[in-house]
Amino acid sequence: MYSPTVLDHFKNPRNVGEIADADGVGEVGNPVCGDMINVYLKVKDDVIEDIKFKTFGCGAAIAVSSMLTELAKGKTLDEAMKITNKDVAEALEGLPKNKLHCSNLGADALHAAIKNYRDRQAQKTAAGEAERVPHIPEKVDACYCPYCDMENKGQAEFCVSCGADLPHEH
Amino acid sequence: MSVVYLDNYAATPLHPKVKEAMHHIVDEVFGNPSSDHRFGQAAAEALDTARRQTANLLGAEPEEIVFTSGGTESVNHAIKGVAFSQRDKGRHIITTNIEHKSVLNCLRTLRLLDYQITSLDVDEYGLVDPAAVEKAITDQTVLITIQLANNEIGTIQPIADIAKIARRKKVVFHTDAVAAAGIIPIDVKALDVDLLSLAANQFNGPNGVGALYVRRGTPIWPLLEGGVQENRKRAGTENVVGIVGLGMAAEMAWLEGHDRLEKFRTLRQKLIDGLKARIPHLKFNGHPTQVLPHLVSVSVEFIEGEGLMLLLDEEGICVATRSACASGSLRASHVLIGTGMDFALAQGTLLITFGRDNTEADVDRLLEAMPRVVQTLRDMSPIYQKERRA
Repeated sequence: MYSPTVLDHFKNPRNVGEIADADGVGEVGNPVCGDMINVYLKVKDDVIEDIKFKTFGCGAAIAVSSMLTELAKGKTLDEAMKITNKDVAEALEGLPKNKLHCSNLGADALHAAIKNYRDRQAQKTAAGEAERVPHIPEKVDACYCPYCDMENKGQAEFCVSCGADLPHEH
Repeated sequence: MSVVYLDNYAATPLHPKVKEAMHHIVDEVFGNPSSDHRFGQAAAEALDTARRQTANLLGAEPEEIVFTSGGTESVNHAIKGVAFSQRDKGRHIITTNIEHKSVLNCLRTLRLLDYQITSLDVDEYGLVDPAAVEKAITDQTVLITIQLANNEIGTIQPIADIAKIARRKKVVFHTDAVAAAGIIPIDVKALDVDLLSLAANQFNGPNGVGALYVRRGTPIWPLLEGGVQENRKRAGTENVVGIVGLGMAAEMAWLEGHDRLEKFRTLRQKLIDGLKARIPHLKFNGHPTQVLPHLVSVSVEFIEGEGLMLLLDEEGICVATRSACASGSLRASHVLIGTGMDFALAQGTLLITFGRDNTEADVDRLLEAMPRVVQTLRDMSPIYQKERRA
């Protein structure tokens, strides 16, 4: 179900760990809603000199974290801010449809860490304090069934047309 | 490296005798059991034998056995069949919060058709209180459906007690015994249930075949309609090869049942003791004594189960997980949540199920690999790091 690249990054994750004196830290998600990714940055002359992650989540979430750190390492902060969830998923040669939300968490964690670094520089945030993004599910009025494309109410548990369970991204 | 298979709830390897019986049918018997000529009658005889073998496993009469395409169809037939048959009597059904998806989704459909469903809470071990069942019965109640044993945590329900209440209140009682049949002894007469579902792939029979026990006189409408097969209860030409496999699997479960139970209990205890000794921060799920002997459900703190399952597969060990990420619907296991577990811990749950072919060496392999794999994932986990600091 996973591409060989996803499996490789899951089994041999790059840049696992934390940076004790990180210049920027982003924490996205929480274990209660399924996944949690922490990203730690070391920045020099506006370039990401070192990056590490810690992740609680499935194989896809770990692979996304690993690929993300590879994509971001050596990039300027502006370049890294432009890395999207889609870039990560594409670099992994695709994710199963029901795992795409894992890649959303990844880029968000990177962006949160960069924001945290910039806030610290502007002295808006104290050193050592992380940027936390809880990722609480949004309330939406309507959603479309991923299996039969019929419109359903926002928080519907199952599709009224085909009966499939409706996943709600967290 | 040999592969260790510990996911016998998903499917079991065919028993050699089952293979032999199925091969014989594939080679020799192609007739339609409904045909009155010799080819048809050879197939009909094979069905009769399988029906006797299956009935014997449950202490039922052969004519009380309806062959189906598996546990899911049996459950669908029981629930929808009774609901429809009793439509003029009432539209209330009682169940529990921790039933298999096939039960829950049938009831979801009936809710759309204006049936009222009472879903009972269970305690921390997954047990339902028979007194709560009795209290929930109204004059509109047409069916109680409660699993014999839970497929995720193994807890065995007090089915005979609940059946007694159902009988006294004249409400039809179905028990989903898919996780239990062929594993622990079941006597439908002693339990006094009206309907019982089972599946062959739980006890060394083939996938895609099962049975529904229908106590004589139970009101039930067919799920699949058409011809008069299966005593008019299940239309469609029978899956003779599969059914013969089920019959032989039932006979072998009957003959070997006692030895298998002994072995399962030994392996289960060894695994639980070994894991407890090797890995801190584990929670074992299900009732301490009223539990399936071949199943271990263990929640590993600070990590997620899909990663654990994939890394164990890498080590040549096949187990199952109940994490939301592996479920397709991305929801936490309703069974674990139903026992009061929090989402994060439920995420780290592994399901290990033994079969007749497993040995103590298989348990040793898991005990050797598991601490290593758990540590790898914990070292990656931001919540483990917090726990260590605290």
